[in-house]
Amino acid sequence: MSEPVLYDAQGPRARRRTLIGTVVGVLLLALLVFLVVRRLDDRGQFSMEKWGPLIDPSNEAFDAVWRLIREGIVNTIRAALIAMVLSVVLGTLIAVARLSLGRAGRIPLIGLVELFRGLPVVVLVYFGVRVLDDVGVDLRGLPGGQELWGLVIGLTAYNMVIFAEVVRAGVESLPRGQREGALATGLTNGQTMRIVLLPQAFRVMLPAIISQLVVVLKDTSLVTFVANYDELLSQGESIQRNLDNPIQTFVVIALIYIAINYTLGRIAQFIQARQARSGRVSRTTTTAATATAGPAHVGGGA
Amino acid sequence: MSPVTDNLDLYLDGFLTSLGICLWAMVGSLLLGVVIAACRVSPVPPLRAFGLFWVTTFRNTPLSLVLFFCAFGLPEVGINRSFYTFGVLGLVLYTSAFVAEAVRAGINSVPAGQAEASRSLGLTFAQSLRHVVLPQALRTVVPPLGSVIIAMFKNSAVVGAFGVGGDLWSTGQTLTSARGLETLPVFTGVALFYLAITLPAGGLLQLIERRVAIAR
Repeated sequence: MSEPVLYDAQGPRARRRTLIGTVVGVLLLALLVFLVVRRLDDRGQFSMEKWGPLIDPSNEAFDAVWRLIREGIVNTIRAALIAMVLSVVLGTLIAVARLSLGRAGRIPLIGLVELFRGLPVVVLVYFGVRVLDDVGVDLRGLPGGQELWGLVIGLTAYNMVIFAEVVRAGVESLPRGQREGALATGLTNGQTMRIVLLPQAFRVMLPAIISQLVVVLKDTSLVTFVANYDELLSQGESIQRNLDNPIQTFVVIALIYIAINYTLGRIAQFIQARQARSGRVSRTTTTAATATAGPAHVGGGA
Repeated sequence: MSPVTDNLDLYLDGFLTSLGICLWAMVGSLLLGVVIAACRVSPVPPLRAFGLFWVTTFRNTPLSLVLFFCAFGLPEVGINRSFYTFGVLGLVLYTSAFVAEAVRAGINSVPAGQAEASRSLGLTFAQSLRHVVLPQALRTVVPPLGSVIIAMFKNSAVVGAFGVGGDLWSTGQTLTSARGLETLPVFTGVALFYLAITLPAGGLLQLIERRVAIAR
């Protein structure tokens, strides 16, 4: 609600009260910031000794630190992208199977979706990295090593079922006439799905896919607790252990995550806004797909 | 499955500890989230900026990083607490951003026409809030808040993995590393206990969603 419709236009007295409230609020906020900054300063957290290795190129540790961080970024993005591609492909397969199978065939798939959706991602990553290894599944031969693929399997197990739901909602949100028209022109069921329904559903889903990439990027950091895979957070952890500057290092690491994820989030918003404007994807379709993606986005966060 | 049945008491202890972490975090993040949401919709620009900053920061940072920051960063400035407190604190900070967004979306979802109509009927500010706007806003907020809370229960596993000790995840760790039991049965047990909460909660949420849905 952009305009205050809940109360009448304010008189001078009420306006003064609002102003006083504003000033008090801002002062409280300023006080909070001041206290935090003073505490940090008291403890020497602004010293170049702590910040130097991160921001001063002439510092002797600078090159080593940023090499570690760059490696971490590459490893994080690599794991997230592989997991993402696998999740989209497998998720689409699950969704198509669920849409085309009869009642009896659908039940195991629903079970699969509910099972993986209900588990913490960190538990799934543990299964991918440790349990698979213990029961004799050898991932060591794969390029990138066992930790990478264990992590990818854990992340994929969770995100493929999220995508299965997104794709299903996307297809179901298309107007019925699309399917009927395709079948009427003589396309088989498979062709209808492949040529007519899925391409349209994917257009609608694009923002949801990008938003989910944010969740996957964040979740790659869970491997820290399970195995030695040098992704961004693990690298930050070893940097701060060596330099003894946890606040500074983690602030920098957090800024990197935020920069990547915020950009992705904005891209998703932009695409969604453009789709809503152009009439080609109907408004209801867009909202339906994002409504399903919404909780998924929240549900993934770790 | 004997590693699970033999250690059922350990699992139950862990389960209760996980629930405890969630209960604290739930209270904390709901309160904080509502305050942040209030900042986000307030007419005061600095407060709005603060709300936006908070939500952007915590939604785009991994929970594990928030936890690391609490546990390693806060002692640097002289704040020393147990890992349990840091764990709950991290979970509260992280979840509050999601709560805030859910609440804000709920408030914004009530069409302005509703408030305008109630005002033009002669209802006062308090009456139109109480009888028209809030009942609708709360109904829209319940389902997304529910998903946030379920996600938070799952995220308590991250708090456990981070080293709180005694929760479900740590029970699994103890049984496999200290007692040398097989990982597959032990962690299948851990997974089952998580499912025991998330599956019924998800079902309940769907039921509530259908009950409170508003036809628009």
